[in-house]
Amino acid sequence: MTNRDHPTPQEGPNGANGHSEGRDRRLTEEEFERYSRQMIVPGVGREGQLRLIYSRVLIIGAGGLGCPAAQYVAGAGVGTIGIIDGDVVEISNLHRQVGHATSRLGMKKVGSLIAHLRDINPLPTYVPYTVPITPSNAADIISNYDLVMDCTDNPATRYLISDICVLLCKPLVSAASVQKSGQLIVLNCPPTPQGRIDGKYAPCYRCCFKKPPPPSSMVSCGEAGIVGPVVGLMGVAQAGEAIKILISSLHLPPSTPPSSTPPPDTENQNLIQPTLLIYTYDLSSGIGPYSFRALKMSPRKKTCFACGEDSPSRLTLEGIKSGTPNYEQFCSLPTPKHNLPAEERITASAYNEKRQKGEIGAHVLIDTREKEHFSFGSIDGAVNVPFGRLLMKAAEIKRGGGDGKGVLPEGVDGKSESEDVPIFVVCRRGLDSQEAVEKLKELGVDKGGKRRIMDIVGGMKAWKEEVDPSFPFV
Amino acid sequence: MADVATGPQIPISVDFSGGLEMLFSNQKRHALSIAANDRDGKPLTIAFLIDHLCKNLMKDPRSDLFVLDGHIRPGILVLINDADWELEGEEEYEIKPGDNILFVSTLHGG
Repeated sequence: MTNRDHPTPQEGPNGANGHSEGRDRRLTEEEFERYSRQMIVPGVGREGQLRLIYSRVLIIGAGGLGCPAAQYVAGAGVGTIGIIDGDVVEISNLHRQVGHATSRLGMKKVGSLIAHLRDINPLPTYVPYTVPITPSNAADIISNYDLVMDCTDNPATRYLISDICVLLCKPLVSAASVQKSGQLIVLNCPPTPQGRIDGKYAPCYRCCFKKPPPPSSMVSCGEAGIVGPVVGLMGVAQAGEAIKILISSLHLPPSTPPSSTPPPDTENQNLIQPTLLIYTYDLSSGIGPYSFRALKMSPRKKTCFACGEDSPSRLTLEGIKSGTPNYEQFCSLPTPKHNLPAEERITASAYNEKRQKGEIGAHVLIDTREKEHFSFGSIDGAVNVPFGRLLMKAAEIKRGGGDGKGVLPEGVDGKSESEDVPIFVVCRRGLDSQEAVEKLKELGVDKGGKRRIMDIVGGMKAWKEEVDPSFPFV
Repeated sequence: MADVATGPQIPISVDFSGGLEMLFSNQKRHALSIAANDRDGKPLTIAFLIDHLCKNLMKDPRSDLFVLDGHIRPGILVLINDADWELEGEEEYEIKPGDNILFVSTLHGG
């Protein structure tokens, strides 16, 4: 059981722990032909290729970043490739997760991606981990590799991976992407022992991103959407950085320079000058001078929790395994929750039922989703007032000292103000709608309680689950 | 240099990226001209600029997505001429004519 959960990659072509023994060998005929186009690139050569063949790379996440990253890492001939992901392939993954296929829907992502990679290159040893990475398994898995690629999708995991990489002295190639933006940074490269602050060293994830954003400000690809080539570009760039680091042995501590061809100075300088690459994609304009930006980041920080001064007293492998620090808690700082009283809420099914029976009568139904979401379908008679626009309008009215008149679009409300028909608010999953109800009340739209304003619990997601299973919910 | 009658003004550009542009009229780059000194005659710092942006440029009322407890919220990087503001003195950095200030929100998806 444990063997299946944590396979060890040491059975690979690198032999036991894969250090130096037999590394200076002839390439096989297949290797020679397969890798010839990259080997003739200046700076790669037979030596660089052998370094790749005897390297072990761990790709954490087999999604939008991990798929394109893995394709190039496998194609280049990295000898041992570990892939971790607990998810299964869904059809909504396929526009960007190019390592999966329609024929493999429902399969574990790790198995699906490895099938694709074997087709590209059968020579590497592929090591599957079909469980998510956690504080209890992270160090055992990562310790088997030379370089880690963070292709995950949440901050708690990103902090965990970085901390382990600091403790185990592994370079980390980290990327992220949502909607129309992407980011890439190489961290902890060359790796420096935790706590050393007597010089200028490479930063870790915490040096660059000290605190996670509040959960309320975070959006996932599932909520905000993602353009395939944007995340793809970041994944491909990650592979490029990883291959470069391994070929040039840039990940080795500076005290033990590679036996021959030391990396040129410029590359060394770039390592010490950590850089965050950001890619901004604009649907309404062409590629421009600011589509790509290379931002100069700070080196290792003396005050960093994970790698700074006295950090060994705060962060240890044993501590992480036993739950300290608590990554989930660190990344889910309290945010204002909206909990409307029960009398201001109605379930999607109850709303539908009462509406069918005519018990609700004339009313206004406001749908606060973004217009792209609304365009796929809505409840009959719903009026789209995107949440951001509603808040902006409300703030404008508040500043101007006006009343709630006009907060809702003309023609929806206000025409027959005297009627005071109830208002129902629905959103995507049931959070924004509660805030919208509160905002409308604040503006006096409820006329001091005379007019009912109700939240539809659970939003359109609940509507799909409880009322209309064919509803195109995104 | 912008000639504005109200006194010495500094021309700068302010960029928003990683989704923050949503809070600023969906516009990624703003060319601004702001007073070189604050009310007390002190030079213009990033701290002052952030406050100015909240009060004058942000149309969206969700200012807590940009500023929390009087400081830039966690998860937003501030770059002064493409360098991390921590290399430049953070909030105390004194803005110079022609500076580019970039606010990027950290991404986590993948």
